[in-house]
Amino acid sequence: MRVLRGIFIALILILLYAPMIVMLVFSFNSGTGTAVFEGFSLRWYKELFLYGGDMLGALRNTLILALLSSIVSTVLGTVAAVGISKMKKQWTKSTIMSITNIPMMNPEVVTGISMMLMFVFIGRILNLINSVNFITILIAHITFGLPYVILNVLPRLSSTDKHLTEAAMDLGCTSVEAFFKAVLPSITPGIIVGFIMAFTMSLDDFVISYFTNGTYQTLPLLIYSMTRKPMKPDVYALESIMFIIILVLMILLNIIQSDDKKKGRKAS
Amino acid sequence: MKKYICIIIAVMLIVGLFVMSGFGNSNTEVDVENPEYYAEMAEKLKGTTLNVFNWGEYISDGSEGSLDVIGAFEKLTGIAVNYTTFDSNEAMYGKMQSESVSYDIIIPSDYMIDRMRSEGRLKEIDFSKIPNYKYIDEKYKGAYYDPDNKYSVPYSVGMVGLIYNQTVVTEAPDSWGIMWDEKYKDNILTFNNPRDAFAIAQFYMGIDINSENKADWDKAADKLREQNKILQGRVMDEVFDKMEGGNAAIAPYYAGDYLTMADVNPDLKFVYPKEGTNIFADSICIPSSSQNYEAALLFINFLLDPNVAVANANYICYATPNTAVLEHPDYDLAGNEFLYPENQDEIKTEYFHNLDPKIIKYFEELWQTIKIE
Amino acid sequence: MNKNKSGQVVLNAPYLLWSVLFIIVPLIFVVYYAFTTADGQFTFENITTFFTSRDYMYVFCMSMLYALIATVICLLLSYPFAYCMSKTSASVQGMLMLLVMLPMLMNLVVRTYSWRQILERTGILNTFLESLGLPAVTFLGSAGTVIFGMVYNYLPFMILPIYSSISKVDKSLLEASSDLGCNVFGTIKRVILPLSIPGVLSGITMVFVPCVSTFYISRIFSEGRIVMIGDIIEEKFYRSGAPDYNIGATISLVLMLIIVISLAVVNNFSDNDEENSSGGIVI
Repeated sequence: MRVLRGIFIALILILLYAPMIVMLVFSFNSGTGTAVFEGFSLRWYKELFLYGGDMLGALRNTLILALLSSIVSTVLGTVAAVGISKMKKQWTKSTIMSITNIPMMNPEVVTGISMMLMFVFIGRILNLINSVNFITILIAHITFGLPYVILNVLPRLSSTDKHLTEAAMDLGCTSVEAFFKAVLPSITPGIIVGFIMAFTMSLDDFVISYFTNGTYQTLPLLIYSMTRKPMKPDVYALESIMFIIILVLMILLNIIQSDDKKKGRKAS
Repeated sequence: MKKYICIIIAVMLIVGLFVMSGFGNSNTEVDVENPEYYAEMAEKLKGTTLNVFNWGEYISDGSEGSLDVIGAFEKLTGIAVNYTTFDSNEAMYGKMQSESVSYDIIIPSDYMIDRMRSEGRLKEIDFSKIPNYKYIDEKYKGAYYDPDNKYSVPYSVGMVGLIYNQTVVTEAPDSWGIMWDEKYKDNILTFNNPRDAFAIAQFYMGIDINSENKADWDKAADKLREQNKILQGRVMDEVFDKMEGGNAAIAPYYAGDYLTMADVNPDLKFVYPKEGTNIFADSICIPSSSQNYEAALLFINFLLDPNVAVANANYICYATPNTAVLEHPDYDLAGNEFLYPENQDEIKTEYFHNLDPKIIKYFEELWQTIKIE
Repeated sequence: MNKNKSGQVVLNAPYLLWSVLFIIVPLIFVVYYAFTTADGQFTFENITTFFTSRDYMYVFCMSMLYALIATVICLLLSYPFAYCMSKTSASVQGMLMLLVMLPMLMNLVVRTYSWRQILERTGILNTFLESLGLPAVTFLGSAGTVIFGMVYNYLPFMILPIYSSISKVDKSLLEASSDLGCNVFGTIKRVILPLSIPGVLSGITMVFVPCVSTFYISRIFSEGRIVMIGDIIEEKFYRSGAPDYNIGATISLVLMLIIVISLAVVNNFSDNDEENSSGGIVI
């Protein structure tokens, strides 16, 4: 049984990672294309670091945007989730949840366009030259990150004991303290997953960004606009580096978490 | 302890990711003609930001030791350039139409320039501020989309041709007809956008590609429908992988891009079909919403400088309208038989024209139906 | 009590304001475009055009079908995976969760390009098949490959919520169930399955919705041979030489309503489950 489970997990992981492996291998291609592997070389990495200014600049833009937007949506989303979980009336709760789901259910093109239309409308009223700019793309990214945070935090909140807060307050905590000391630790996993999802969505968003970016160029926008010319392996090289860095970061995160758990167990 | 080491490594990696994105010391040294002019203008325009909107991968970016055109301009003038890219004329137009952003430089194709000009979305260009305009080949001036030479400066030109793999297509074709040849079933690719795909059928049938008669489009649509069952697929940039890897044998694409493909796969050959083909000219324009007119003019002049233009021509691989480039010692593609064919005058070429939106809608709907079948 | 009320307001106000401004108002623009002509006149014509067009209806139904198949396949793969995952040790679980998320962080265009290299006629998979003496297969261009592309791209969105709900199932419940004589499958059926319904519903939403409106994946994996409703919407707004926001908005509005209705139906199935309302998606 155990072996079977292992094999199944391995198969799915192979499926998930097959294109990543291709990407890693072809980032070392000595040829110019991505169709034929002509030999091993570090050509594209050299290329990327020495001359890939535009791509690295777009990467920086993407990272700044993803980090800012996911942090804001995590904070805003967590607060909202706590608020929603405390709602008593079923209909207000379900109305709010339906609204929350809208950005997920709207095709991305529609979200992008509708936001652009609104920003342009506001821009006309305020007589702005650039009615879409960094602020608008940030707003758009926060907005589509929010449901992922809320949907990941809410289930955690409902599974934490409702009496936890009361108990903490009985022990002399204010309600704010009670939240930070009693509730927050138990919903942290949900917050982390929500944050990572919001970050992910922002990092790879093309459609919504296209309509709301103004002159703020992100990496997906840059890569997507390469559709008249071939994609060169330096894009693969860049993504490979990101892949390795994120992989290492995740492993470290995991080590830290399990370390914490061990300590926690020892302490108790 | 382990925990802190981990945190330190993690922080270092994140910082590294950001630092990495600050790298990229490209080659930004270029000898321009008339440097005093730039110096004088730079004095006036220092600190402004120029918003440039161009096709993706359509400017020499410093890769493989080439000139980083944007970086060089910034260094020379102190004007910051905000460079963004688009993937089709239509996508670009959508943004201009929404009037949500003000760009100072855009580089659309012929028919889109015609459209934007007729809608009053372009500013007239003050050519007295662009001394390098003298390098533009006379034959690219006064084109239909800008008959009085007021709104556009040619940047890059090219023609569509037929690319084929000689190991599969043993007899050199000379006609678009090969794209309907059942012998090559599952080996034929075509453009994945209506205008270009229709144009091939129209050339083959001898119909005007700019016809405003719906019946003409119906006829071409029938022809495209015939192609459905022998077509391998409709592609855009995927054509490079397809042809280079030998996954398909026949595809229409731009001559300059054929050169890139032939580098990887020498079996690929190229021909301009006898029925005629589409020619395009991508030109630099200044949108009417531009806020930095002077800086835009300076940028255009910079793009036309022989040393800059040659870097772009080498990078883009399409034909250049800049006469100084053709004689430039650094130009790798001078006299290339595909970009500058000797029998240029015998090849029938036709620009796309701006069509009535009703016609555009009509053929786009036809295209949709063809694809769905 | 009063203090409680004001606390509620402080908690809810920012998000309410945000969602009205950036979710509801843009939506009003969509509705406006769906019910007006190009010159701003009120009309039902867009709706009738959509529902009477054979092309639109065909594409719409096919998109729903593809998305449905992709969602079912995702579910069939994800549930056992999430279950197997929950059976591993705690540190392996954490690692697996990160490994499932990681591919989503890579660029969609790059991932799709890589898949094309694997699935091409002379691609990696066919080279492998031929080395085994098997005939080469034409993968690209078929409906199956488009569905595969959707499954690949959205699989993590199904795995994560299901895993999250399975891992919350109390261990003592499982012991109780086996003490009461249930075998492994009995335990899954009687205990784990019912308790993981909220996660499954979340997963279905997070997979089905993006699948229905997908466009880039279908275009590349089908080599421009299969049109999905997302492609049409994208074309109307973004790729067309004569952009038609009105019909584009209409299609999106209909799509959204259908999604809302179908998800409401799915959610209703488990309405008697009281925990459902907190399971994530509530319509």
